[in-house]
Amino acid sequence: MSATTAATAHFTLKPSTDGGEGQLLEVSMGPQHPSTHGVFRMDVALDGERVVKLKPVFGYLHRNHEKIAETETYLGSMPYTDRLDYLCSITNNWAYALAVEKLAGIQVPERAEYLRVITGELTRLQNHTSVIGFLLQDMGASGTPLMYAFREREKVLDLFESLTGSRMMCNYMRFGGCRADMPAGWLQQAQKVVEAFPRFLDEFERLLSGNEILMARTQGVGVLSKELAVDAGITGPMLRGSGVNYDIRKVDKYGIYERFSFKVPLGEHGDVYDRYMVRLLEMRESVKILQQAIRDIPPGPIMDAKTKIRGFRPKAGEAYGRTESPKGELGFYLISDGSPNPYRYRVRPPSLINLTVLEDMCLGQNVADIVVILGSIDFILGEVDR
Amino acid sequence: MNLETIKSEIEANVPGCRLEIVPNNSPSGQHSLLIDHEHALFVASFLRDAAHLRFDYCSNVTGIDWPGKEITEKVKIKKILDGVEQEVEEIQKTQSAGHLEAVYHLYSMEKKHGPVILRMRTEDRAVRIHLPSLTPIWRSAEFQEREIFDLYGIVFDGHPDLRRILMWDGFEDHPMRRDYVEPDDYEYEPTPHDAVLQKAKQHLNETGGR
Amino acid sequence: MLGEGIVKGLAETARNFLGSYVSKDRLTTVQYPEERLPQIEAARNFPFLVYDGEDWQQGMRCVSCLICEKECPPKCISIEKSKDKKLDASGKPQFYPTVFNIDVSVCMSCQICVEVCPFDAIKMDVDFELSTKDRFGDLLWNKERLSKSNEYYRKIHPTEAAAVDAQLAEERAKLEAKSKLAAEAKAAAAAAPAQSASGVTAEK
Ligand code: SF4
Ligand code: SF4
Repeated sequence: MSATTAATAHFTLKPSTDGGEGQLLEVSMGPQHPSTHGVFRMDVALDGERVVKLKPVFGYLHRNHEKIAETETYLGSMPYTDRLDYLCSITNNWAYALAVEKLAGIQVPERAEYLRVITGELTRLQNHTSVIGFLLQDMGASGTPLMYAFREREKVLDLFESLTGSRMMCNYMRFGGCRADMPAGWLQQAQKVVEAFPRFLDEFERLLSGNEILMARTQGVGVLSKELAVDAGITGPMLRGSGVNYDIRKVDKYGIYERFSFKVPLGEHGDVYDRYMVRLLEMRESVKILQQAIRDIPPGPIMDAKTKIRGFRPKAGEAYGRTESPKGELGFYLISDGSPNPYRYRVRPPSLINLTVLEDMCLGQNVADIVVILGSIDFILGEVDR
Repeated sequence: MNLETIKSEIEANVPGCRLEIVPNNSPSGQHSLLIDHEHALFVASFLRDAAHLRFDYCSNVTGIDWPGKEITEKVKIKKILDGVEQEVEEIQKTQSAGHLEAVYHLYSMEKKHGPVILRMRTEDRAVRIHLPSLTPIWRSAEFQEREIFDLYGIVFDGHPDLRRILMWDGFEDHPMRRDYVEPDDYEYEPTPHDAVLQKAKQHLNETGGR
Repeated sequence: MLGEGIVKGLAETARNFLGSYVSKDRLTTVQYPEERLPQIEAARNFPFLVYDGEDWQQGMRCVSCLICEKECPPKCISIEKSKDKKLDASGKPQFYPTVFNIDVSVCMSCQICVEVCPFDAIKMDVDFELSTKDRFGDLLWNKERLSKSNEYYRKIHPTEAAAVDAQLAEERAKLEAKSKLAAEAKAAAAAAPAQSASGVTAEK
């Protein structure tokens, strides 16, 4: 490579560390790289095709969500949580509502709990479909799998729109319940979507799971060991892909999850393929939960009558509430000083913490594998940088 | 699991450590454990390694800023007035230093219990802002401690790579502190009111309407 | 056999491709703007102010209580309260906003203003074709631009509007009954002194 290109492009050449003839190439991947799913940068050092160093660089989308929330009322932060992980606004609402409910000791009516489970699991379905679609897009299967995934996701988004008024920024939950009840015919519509979903999953598996190219690019790539996963606080499908049985829906049994029977799929090798399969299997379990919830949902109120919308002031104290969002453990840590605004508002972002093991998974792999490994982590920059 | 029992177990196993339970009066009832700096690593590794506790998963690490308050108190002092010793009430004003706090939420993936909440406090907010890093015990604290360093300015001793993470390297202040003053980054807004209006007016005054 | 998975996958794509000629389920594209999906009732976009009757100034429901201004998370509403009162649709004197602006370039369509308004004066619109070339002027909506009739509200959100109408009618009926009662009490009170003057004390 000539000196001029080295100066103009984001490359620098450094002498190889092993003292040989070769040189290390330092590449700045991102922040506008199409596979980084947003503005995210990695400083990568390459020895030929091999990755020898990788340092993630964050903060391009930082807007200090936590500081903004300290100046907002408790209710006023709810629509901002939609914009953390913008694929899963409903589970974000849920985590925040759960934390506030813990802080203020609010009971949620039965029907609202069912509505939360139904919308939350639908969110999981649409998140996992699009993530798998993006993963394959990153691998070079441009178009087809992503479009199939999006076709299914649209059906779920239609349901969200007719329930909450918005496809992505749902702003659906409130402390002590949900904002809107189901319009007429919604449940039947939801049932139709849920019933049809396993067919789509079968189709997707026929399309991809046995594909030799997919297997060659994902099996044994980006291996994350069990011990490292636990130590680094990895959660969600990534943790379970490494074979650790830890699902907050089962552990904390928040909401009414103990009423549903579902399994927690686990991987064995902790590679990209296992994470992909765990997500596919998790969707099948979500379908099971949805079928049970749609069957059992009782009539009744959807809001706790004692909770005020305006002028909400919880007693001084603190609470940490966490949920199993599609990305992992999403927690909110709130401190109240008795005023209408939280004294401290903290988001525990699963996307950020799952990204911290990126270097460990990429070392020794080829540069093209970085993209695949990134895609298998499932992160959203809105949540990473907050 | 009861925090009292955990506390006495730690005290039995980590000699010399000073622990204090910080009560939480909200309905959540999540009380926390204030630990001292010198024994923090021992306490943490005990919590992680003790076979029946096994808090192997450090979920959430975050900082809190408690700025100093002005404390006014009435004190009775003995004074000699007109040759007679008298007791006089005086109002004394003192400024407390305030402190920064780091909070760790621990769970156990193996035993599936939790949370145990650890807290550490710095002595003040300006100079003595060092805390021991718990990254050697839980790697998940690494990036979150970096974030606290960035946004609150707590320096974690023993952290492998303490740099700014969300703000850029040349940035000076710590934006999550309660007394952080935003720079004058005026942006035209068609509907200013309240704080935004004040900011706009101030900016326009200072820059002569530009 | 190597390549089997790929062939299987290709068969799936072929099935989808051919299926798109027969099954509507597989052909999901809608040719906007010639074709449109049916409007979803719960949809929301930006807020508007509801007025009753014909005249938007006369019938404006907003009484300028400033609650929505305070609660709006990004603070994109700005209101100036009037000094005088005008008669509202039910003939009661009320304050009104002399200025009511919403900066829709800042509004995030969260619907919190609608939730907190105690007078059902602000509701969510569904109109989404709003692109404009003027960054500031056309995205700062004033009172006139924001005002839409109750008929329009009934058209876009029929179920919700019916509930609101029923509730408002009930409140008005209650208010009328109350004022009637108050008027009767007043009349009675006016009659009472005459009685007490005649030396008769009313039994309780
Ligand atoms: S919809 Fe939300 S952002 Fe828009 S004006 Fe109403 S409260 Fe403000
Ligand atoms: S729209 Fe409603 S909340 Fe806002 S000022 Fe008018 S009456 Fe008050």
